[in-house]
Amino acid sequence: MSRPPGRKQDSHKISRELFVLTYGALVAQLCKDYEKDEDVNSCLDRMGYGIGVRLIDDFLARSAMKKCRSYSETADTIAQVAFKMYLGVTPSVTCSSPAGNEFSLILDKNPLVDFVEELPAERASLCYCNLLCGVIRGALEMVHLAAEVTFLQDRLRGDAVTEIGITFLRKAEDRKHKRN
Amino acid sequence: MAIFSVYVVNKAGGLIYQLDHYAPRADTEKTFSFPLDLVLRPHDERVVVAFGQRDGIRVGHAVLAINGAEVNGRFTADGKDVMEFLSNPANYPVSIRFGRHRLSSNEKLMLASMFHSLFAIGSQLSPEVGSSGIEMLETDTFKLHCFQTLTGIKFMVLADPRQAGIDALLRKIYEIYSDFALKNPFYSLEMPIRCELFDQNLKLALEVAEKAGPFGPGS
Repeated sequence: MSRPPGRKQDSHKISRELFVLTYGALVAQLCKDYEKDEDVNSCLDRMGYGIGVRLIDDFLARSAMKKCRSYSETADTIAQVAFKMYLGVTPSVTCSSPAGNEFSLILDKNPLVDFVEELPAERASLCYCNLLCGVIRGALEMVHLAAEVTFLQDRLRGDAVTEIGITFLRKAEDRKHKRN
Repeated sequence: MAIFSVYVVNKAGGLIYQLDHYAPRADTEKTFSFPLDLVLRPHDERVVVAFGQRDGIRVGHAVLAINGAEVNGRFTADGKDVMEFLSNPANYPVSIRFGRHRLSSNEKLMLASMFHSLFAIGSQLSPEVGSSGIEMLETDTFKLHCFQTLTGIKFMVLADPRQAGIDALLRKIYEIYSDFALKNPFYSLEMPIRCELFDQNLKLALEVAEKAGPFGPGS
């Protein structure tokens, strides 16, 4: 993770492989613990949520971002600043609804699946990176933006690209009156 | 000491962290003979000096101890009312210790919630939409700087009016919070912060800020 210069404490980096292996071990253990794919997916999502509610403050503290004024600004920030800061990749953003509250992040490179070729046959509907969805959902909730985040397409499941869909739920009316 | 205290308030307005960083205030102990030349009066739960400031005993100082025994609010250690005790010439000469009363933790909680409400009112009063809320409260003896994050946490720093660099300090405290409080897996969000590492790093940051900030002569 990149840290601003001038931070004297532990600037040693941890190996990326170790991180990817740890994530893989986590998913593998969850697969052993739960039989159904939906259970594993929801467990990953909950874990990601717990990470997201804490990570958002770290993101805001380090990036010094100002409040996003629109959903598209938010989606752009997630893709270009947050993903870059934490995973080193920059997904591309498209808006997939005329109402302007549904967005897709297309990842061409996903570091978490570096060592995974394809899902085993009995785990066909597993969302391997569902932790990321939980992280995004948790982070958005802490800045008062309720959203649903899911994997629309996943290369591991045979689709062409990996696509994360973010649907902002209608809470825009509250935001004007709520003190943020 | 140019930075006096740090307060961290959660989304609901509850105080989750508080640090007092100023040097221990000088208490003044003196022996008096009847009649007392200071004018004392009861105030809240204590007896304070109303008039007759002299020799380091200032208006607003509270009676902290009589004859070496700490007073309990308005009553002496043995349960007598302080005002009555001091109006009886038989009790003189008496040695009284005066000093500034420290806020109790309940009072701090209350004041933090009150500030949270004022902050909310401040941003509602704004003629422009999307105001940041109260950023600074200035008096002749201190400045209160406040920074509210997008997630609703407020960091408040009370500092000497001449101390500079408080904005950077507030951002630094936000970073320290996100590192040592949030990344601690055993810390629950919105709860009081009881993390050693957070304390240590915060004190370090305060010291760095104090050394760097220019302050005027005679501080």
